[in-house]
Amino acid sequence: MPAPVITLNHVSKVYSNGTVALQDMNMTIQEGQFVSLVGPSGCGKSTVLRLVAGLGHLTTGSIEWGKNLEKDAPRGEPKLAFVFQEPALMPWATVMDNVRLPLKLAGEPKPKADRDVLEALQLVGLRGFERSFPRELSGGMRMRVSIARALVTKPQVLLMDEPFGALDEITRSKLNSDLLELWQEKRWTVLFVTHNIYEAVYLSNRVVVMAARPGRVVADIPIDAPYPRSEDFRTSSLYNNYCREVSARLQEAMHGSAQDPYLRPPSAGRLR
Amino acid sequence: MFDPLIHLLDPLRRWLGSLVGLGEGWPLHWPDWALPKLTGAVEEKLRSQPTDEADMPSAGSGRPAKGLDLSRWFNLEVIAPVIVGILFLVGWEVAVRVTGVPHYLLPGPILVAQTLVRDWGTLFPSLLITVQITVVAFLAATVSGLLVSIVFTQSKWIERSFFPYAVILQTMPIVSIAPLIIIWLRNNTFAAMVVCAWIVAFFPILSNTTLGLNSADHNLLNLFQLYKANRWQTLIYLRLPSAMPYFMGGLRISGGLSLIGAVVAEFVAGTGGQRAGIAYQILISSFNLQVPRMFAALILVTGLGILIFVSLSALSDRVLGKWHESAVRREN
Repeated sequence: MPAPVITLNHVSKVYSNGTVALQDMNMTIQEGQFVSLVGPSGCGKSTVLRLVAGLGHLTTGSIEWGKNLEKDAPRGEPKLAFVFQEPALMPWATVMDNVRLPLKLAGEPKPKADRDVLEALQLVGLRGFERSFPRELSGGMRMRVSIARALVTKPQVLLMDEPFGALDEITRSKLNSDLLELWQEKRWTVLFVTHNIYEAVYLSNRVVVMAARPGRVVADIPIDAPYPRSEDFRTSSLYNNYCREVSARLQEAMHGSAQDPYLRPPSAGRLR
Repeated sequence: MFDPLIHLLDPLRRWLGSLVGLGEGWPLHWPDWALPKLTGAVEEKLRSQPTDEADMPSAGSGRPAKGLDLSRWFNLEVIAPVIVGILFLVGWEVAVRVTGVPHYLLPGPILVAQTLVRDWGTLFPSLLITVQITVVAFLAATVSGLLVSIVFTQSKWIERSFFPYAVILQTMPIVSIAPLIIIWLRNNTFAAMVVCAWIVAFFPILSNTTLGLNSADHNLLNLFQLYKANRWQTLIYLRLPSAMPYFMGGLRISGGLSLIGAVVAEFVAGTGGQRAGIAYQILISSFNLQVPRMFAALILVTGLGILIFVSLSALSDRVLGKWHESAVRREN
């Protein structure tokens, strides 16, 4: 029985301009789960991630961390790593220095840090690019650097905010399968935000569908497909059924919350 | 027996060939000396001109593959302003001679050049005084601008409370406050002039660097927060490097402004004697209707201004060269 790692209890977040980003959200994430948050823009899926990461304050509710985790900080959370939608690299620093950043901030001695950095670069397949600058890399490679920087601290929980959203389809599916391979090896707990249903179903063993205004959970769908998931899985009927189900729940969610006519999905109104 | 001569003439022949448009068969092969390394805008301009020649397998050329080659000097972008300059000087000289304007109204360029050489002994030491004022004021502006902007970015309230006064300092015309400063520091004219030049040069560095320190990528700021970086780590590893392009831009503006500040201060102070700056020489020459000498001094001040700008551009390219868009050479 896997232990819960992150528990959200009645979490709400209201921004100072009155926007209700999240309303009474409850969710428990088990150790080693790969959970995707899917939803229309403005449904608060990124807010969940930021709150879990400790970037921003809860309005009400609480976030609890699993009991039997290696604790890292006064807040009592395990080692977290965050991957943003943009690679968010320091343009003035080499790949090596970018990936070393978390270790440098933690005051780790350089020889040890360098070993860890090389190991992380090995994991994402970027050995040989240590001395390159971010501008010399392609979009996909920059994202790999960003992931290496997240992995270098050997995190227990990986938070990813639409990490592949800005990439082309080919790069995205390559990075998807590489990420999945790494996850099977390292078994982090992953919380993955995306607006791409196919990506969510391919990667996760659990897809949480959210709706906007106010941001809330409308469906929690387990994806019972075995790992490793090869490229064949992407064309299997099992995969397609899951995609259809998530898509249907997402449509429902948007339908239900469409007070704003501009947000109504195409099926909801006739063209005039 | 003419072999050495042919050796000498051959490059010239090929160069002329390339000039008259026989480029295909006559690529320019200048002898083995490369041009001195240029910096800043000039280099950018020269290097970003891809020549067809570079792609051609130029047989039998002893030209080294790297470094600047002379053909880039002879594109229209470089030749045109030079030709305009020469035509202007020639036209000036001719006009002065034809119309017979007295040289205390408008001296010809040749007379100006002669005066520059003749009065070098008095003008150049004065220029050095101005250089001292400019450099000291510029360094003071750099250090104080950087430090104050760091203080500003530590707290929004400090910035909001003090920034308006920095703006006031900037908007006060230097000509109108220079006499006051000179009165206050009447025992030390040099310091008074440095203060004047500093007031002019300080603000661009302050405002640019403050903007730069505040414009660090918000994702990176979040990342630093996530990894529990303290204030100094965030400053040193994130905010200062992010501010570097802005800081460099501020330096380039302030470099020129500190010279202007120094010149204005000298004008207002009108100090002669051993420590007379170049502006004082201009002033004295105008009193004595030594117009050629005024022109000569003007050339020196302008040259100094250009030198300051070019050196700061070079510094900026050197510091930002590896990563920032403004300094990176693109191959497309």
